[in-house]
Amino acid sequence: MRCFIGIDLGSTTTKAVVMDEERRVLGRGITNSRSNYDAAAAIAKQEALLNARFHLFRRALAGSGALNGRLEDFIGQLERDFRLEQFLEQLADLEATCRRNAEGTRFGDSAEGVLAALEEVFRRLQVEAPGLFAPAAKRKSDFFRDIAGSRYLAVGEAVAKEAGVRYDMLLNVFDRSIIEVENRVYGDSIKPHLLAALARTFKAQPDTASRGDAVRAPIQGVLDTALEETYVVGTGYGRARLPFSKEHIRSEILCHGLGAHVMYPSTATVLDIGGQDTKAIQVDAHGIVESFQMNDRCAAGCGRYLGYIADEMNMGLHELGPLAMKSTKTIKINSTCTVFAGAELRDRLSLGDKREDIMAGLHRAIILRAMSILARSGGIRNEFTFTGGVAKNEAAVKALKALVQENYGALTLNINPDSIYTGALGGATFAQRAVVEEGKQVEAKT
Amino acid sequence: MNTPVQPLPPQPSKKPVAPVQKEDAMLLQKEMINRNYHELAVAHDRGKRICATFVPGNLNELVMCFDFARSLPETNALQSGLRKKSGKFIMDAERDGHSEDVCTYVKTDLGMMLNGDVGPTGEPLPKPDILLLSYTGCFTFMKWFELVRQKYGCEATMLHVPYQGDGRVSKNMRDYVVKQLKETVIPALERVSGVKFDIDRLREYIKESVKAEEHLVHVLQSAKRRPTPIDGYFGAVYYIGPIFTAFRGTPEASQYYGVLRDEIDQRVREGKGPITPEGELTEEKYRLVVEGPPNWTSFRDFWKMFYDEGAVVVASTYSKVGGTYDFGFRHDPDRPLESLAEYCLGCYTNLNFPQRIDMICKYIEDYQADGLLINSIKSCNSFSAGQLLILREVEKRTGKPAAFIESDLVDPRYFSAANIKNRLESYFQMIKAKRVAAQAATAGASTTTH
Amino acid sequence: MTQTVQQLMAQCEALFEDLRFGVVKEWKAAAPGRKAIGYMPVYVPREIIHAAGMLPVGILGGGDQLEVIQGDAYYQSYICRIPRSTIELGLSGRLDCLDGMLFPSICDVIRNLSGMWQILFKDKYVKYFDVPQNFEDGIGGDFYIHEMRLLCEDLGKLADKPLTDDALRASIVVYNENRRAIRELYAYRAAKPWQAPTSEVYLVLRAGMVLPPEAHTRLVRDYIAATEAAPRPKRDNARVVLTGAFCEQPPLGLIKSIEMAGCYIVDDDFMLVSRWLLEDVPTEGDPLENLSKAFLHCSATTASKYEMRKEEKGQFLMQSVSKAGAEGVIFAAPSFCDPALLERPMLQAVLARHKIPYTAFKYAENTGQMAPIREQAGTFADSIKLWSAA
Repeated sequence: MRCFIGIDLGSTTTKAVVMDEERRVLGRGITNSRSNYDAAAAIAKQEALLNARFHLFRRALAGSGALNGRLEDFIGQLERDFRLEQFLEQLADLEATCRRNAEGTRFGDSAEGVLAALEEVFRRLQVEAPGLFAPAAKRKSDFFRDIAGSRYLAVGEAVAKEAGVRYDMLLNVFDRSIIEVENRVYGDSIKPHLLAALARTFKAQPDTASRGDAVRAPIQGVLDTALEETYVVGTGYGRARLPFSKEHIRSEILCHGLGAHVMYPSTATVLDIGGQDTKAIQVDAHGIVESFQMNDRCAAGCGRYLGYIADEMNMGLHELGPLAMKSTKTIKINSTCTVFAGAELRDRLSLGDKREDIMAGLHRAIILRAMSILARSGGIRNEFTFTGGVAKNEAAVKALKALVQENYGALTLNINPDSIYTGALGGATFAQRAVVEEGKQVEAKT
Repeated sequence: MNTPVQPLPPQPSKKPVAPVQKEDAMLLQKEMINRNYHELAVAHDRGKRICATFVPGNLNELVMCFDFARSLPETNALQSGLRKKSGKFIMDAERDGHSEDVCTYVKTDLGMMLNGDVGPTGEPLPKPDILLLSYTGCFTFMKWFELVRQKYGCEATMLHVPYQGDGRVSKNMRDYVVKQLKETVIPALERVSGVKFDIDRLREYIKESVKAEEHLVHVLQSAKRRPTPIDGYFGAVYYIGPIFTAFRGTPEASQYYGVLRDEIDQRVREGKGPITPEGELTEEKYRLVVEGPPNWTSFRDFWKMFYDEGAVVVASTYSKVGGTYDFGFRHDPDRPLESLAEYCLGCYTNLNFPQRIDMICKYIEDYQADGLLINSIKSCNSFSAGQLLILREVEKRTGKPAAFIESDLVDPRYFSAANIKNRLESYFQMIKAKRVAAQAATAGASTTTH
Repeated sequence: MTQTVQQLMAQCEALFEDLRFGVVKEWKAAAPGRKAIGYMPVYVPREIIHAAGMLPVGILGGGDQLEVIQGDAYYQSYICRIPRSTIELGLSGRLDCLDGMLFPSICDVIRNLSGMWQILFKDKYVKYFDVPQNFEDGIGGDFYIHEMRLLCEDLGKLADKPLTDDALRASIVVYNENRRAIRELYAYRAAKPWQAPTSEVYLVLRAGMVLPPEAHTRLVRDYIAATEAAPRPKRDNARVVLTGAFCEQPPLGLIKSIEMAGCYIVDDDFMLVSRWLLEDVPTEGDPLENLSKAFLHCSATTASKYEMRKEEKGQFLMQSVSKAGAEGVIFAAPSFCDPALLERPMLQAVLARHKIPYTAFKYAENTGQMAPIREQAGTFADSIKLWSAA
């Protein structure tokens, strides 16, 4: 089937969206942005296509009725098993790479000990891996780097102690190896992984195995369907070179505006608070940008800032919002300067202010900044769509609703949990329009 | 009275006019600039005095009456910027106690002084003998020359050019400027140079100025055509050089502008677009009006961002910073001091906000522009403070889209190519998308709805 | 009925905190046809406004209690906060009680703001008020007198009643008195800074921005009397001059922090409009000529005023230091303030030559973090006490 793909190389994460000819979203993929942009783009795209396959699985199985009542369970298990297969492959790759990097004269006499320790570490990691992808397993992140990293650190510490090997050496090996590994694209492994995962799933859910071909056939059908990458549009900035040709690039502001319009066709104003910048975009009835303002010089009030605050408070990023919601007192925070975030925080705490009140004040300060940029771009018109990672933060949303109400009256505020894909969605839409409406030819695959 | 200086004979310089070749204008103006730096370097050795002044309100004709060599610290700073020397100068000035928040032209100048007064061409740039503080359109000028005066111990004379707060030049304002010229500025220039003021000599220079002004306006207005034969911002920077600095009123300047005019007329006849460092712009895709000074440290890269998208600037406000000639004003040899006053009062940054907005709207219409781009300069509050209002007013009045980018004059730390490129590309794509939609609408095709 | 310091302070604080200018509205409502004219720093001849029967109202931005939302739409970064908060005050209707606004020639930001105000508030009288940078009677004086005459005419039209020279002379008398009272207050503070902490003096001066001058003069004198009658403990603080805060104002908390850190501020340049003319302006003869001469020959010095001779640079500050018996200077400038920040190195050079210690920092009108200021001011005060040349 013909697929249209949008890829958004953001500062923290790279996203991809796959849509079909009728502009229905088939799949979404996300990965952490890396130094190798080609790899990041390829992996995000791959994830999206994978996600599309699972979507198609779901459709096919639902259509066949083979798993009535058990469909979600089955798909859920299949996905987890697939992730496990992926993880194991990358883990093996990481092990081989670590071994290679530990050999030689780097560690001198300790080399042997390090190699032995590595063997033990990875043995344990492989053993515990399935548990990481068990049904109830909770993870802070889905990216290999994060999962493998945190487990390696934990297991490595224990093994280092037991084996009397220096922990920092093990860390050193990891640091040197992870970059290599995460920049590799395991494109050819998708099908084998899916089949291996299917085998695991049947083992885990024997009653589905008994339905045999009724389940296997639709899945095989989807696996055999070629997902043709008819047109790809990429976006993102701050790179010397995007891994796309000029024809296939659209500005991320346009992608963002169009994406917001696709999600909410009555959108007139878009606010995006990303990792490093804040964008205010006005779009017309067709999703075309009419004006925009950015604050891209200073990361104050952006996602990165919240990250620093989270670190300072020794909390997870996703815990900041809930904490702020507990506030009972208004505190005015006058600056959201990332450089002084820590100092400001400590100052307030030492003055006796409560953490939740400070948090609420910070969230309000961030939104105030956004309000400025919105005002500069032409104000907030109905409907108002809020995208970006910060849009998932309930305290930020609360502050935004209050300030919008105060300054612009009652407006419809649109927030989509998948808004992190807005740029990629816009890109995919541009891709579809390029071929279907503008008659552009597919470019030869590079 | 003993004059400590042996002045050169007081005559307007008579140099033979060189034979003209293709692209001569560019070479001519480069030569003029370099020659002036050389003149400055050897001025004291040759018994000449140096007068420093500012581009807005630069009274070159008057200064020449006293045989001064002319130095313009703003152009010295921008030349340092173009030659990538300003970054170090600025940091040196900041280390010396000057704030990060203040104008980088000033810091480049002070930094140059800290580094031994070597000018942008590598030749010495000696201490001026008098600072003609033409207080026109910019507060920072006052402090700049006070700082130089304090550092060098040289003399300064103030010419206060009142701001057109109500959008017009009143008799009181003009009289004030003329009186200052007569009673403080000219006496000071006489005293320092040892040359007596001869108003007829001023008239001669002014007559020459008018020729250059005529040619310049003709050249700038050629951009009303489609395609435009010039770039009215990046390209215009070279065109305004002579007239805004040490050459207005000289036959060399008139010659330069004559040559330039002929070149441009030729391009018009051949239907050619402007020459850029990357080559000739053959397909004009976007026509823009630009407000704000350019960035100098990444000048070429910045220009290239336009060129790559087929964008050309048809009119700019910066090309009026040293004098506004395209709305009818000319120096008048019959009213020499009065027209000097009017010249100063009419420089772009001395106009009030409503006037600036009117000018921009007129440019958008007269030059058939697709929209307005504002390059907001960190250093320059005179241009920058309130540009966001200009942006919205122009959008409101013309219905054309406007975009906003931020950079600086000569501090390389404040030019982020990636951010600027992103905003520019978004703007161009926005214009393009609007065009496509407008065409689809007029073609009667079903509009793209979802 | 004599009031205590606390009572007077409560009044002043209320006036200071009221960003809706209730007292101006009250004054206008008290008699028909009354008008109020706002002005920004540094100096306008308020006598002219007063002579037209109008109330001059000093607008010094929105301070640290005002959240700026709409105002930020007009300014990108690298520009100070006062124009943003002033626009915020305007757009939020808080300045509706003003019938006009004067923008003096202090810097390019305020200069441009005058044009923006013309566009944003088309129904109000707006004037950019240029003061001369030439100080000769026949040149700058002529220009200035003409400008003042235009202002007189404009206000006369607004008031539906032309200004008379008699009215001007009478207003000069009133403002002479107000300036005298303030000079007394400053002299008192310099003599007994523990009796007149700057955090209080500041509020008394701010009251002068919204009160009729007659009432303000009374308030100033009442304060001096009240605080003289209530002795306070002396402290071993360092005596400093605070300079640079002549336009965008620091938060009150910042002034308090400097004092808490061990400094007596014995002179400052807050609200220069109240102290611009250094001596009594003659009350006989042509009032505009008198005001012009006073401005040209007998006025204060600040960054936005040109100094004709290089020897003059820093003299005013030096005199202020010696007259107030100060031991050091604190340079406090708003971020991005061209006048204050460009001037600073020149003044510091002069102080250094005379071996007068100084320290410098930047602030914004909504600076929230006082700890660094306290530390810096405290260290400075300590260093003065420990190392000052006897």
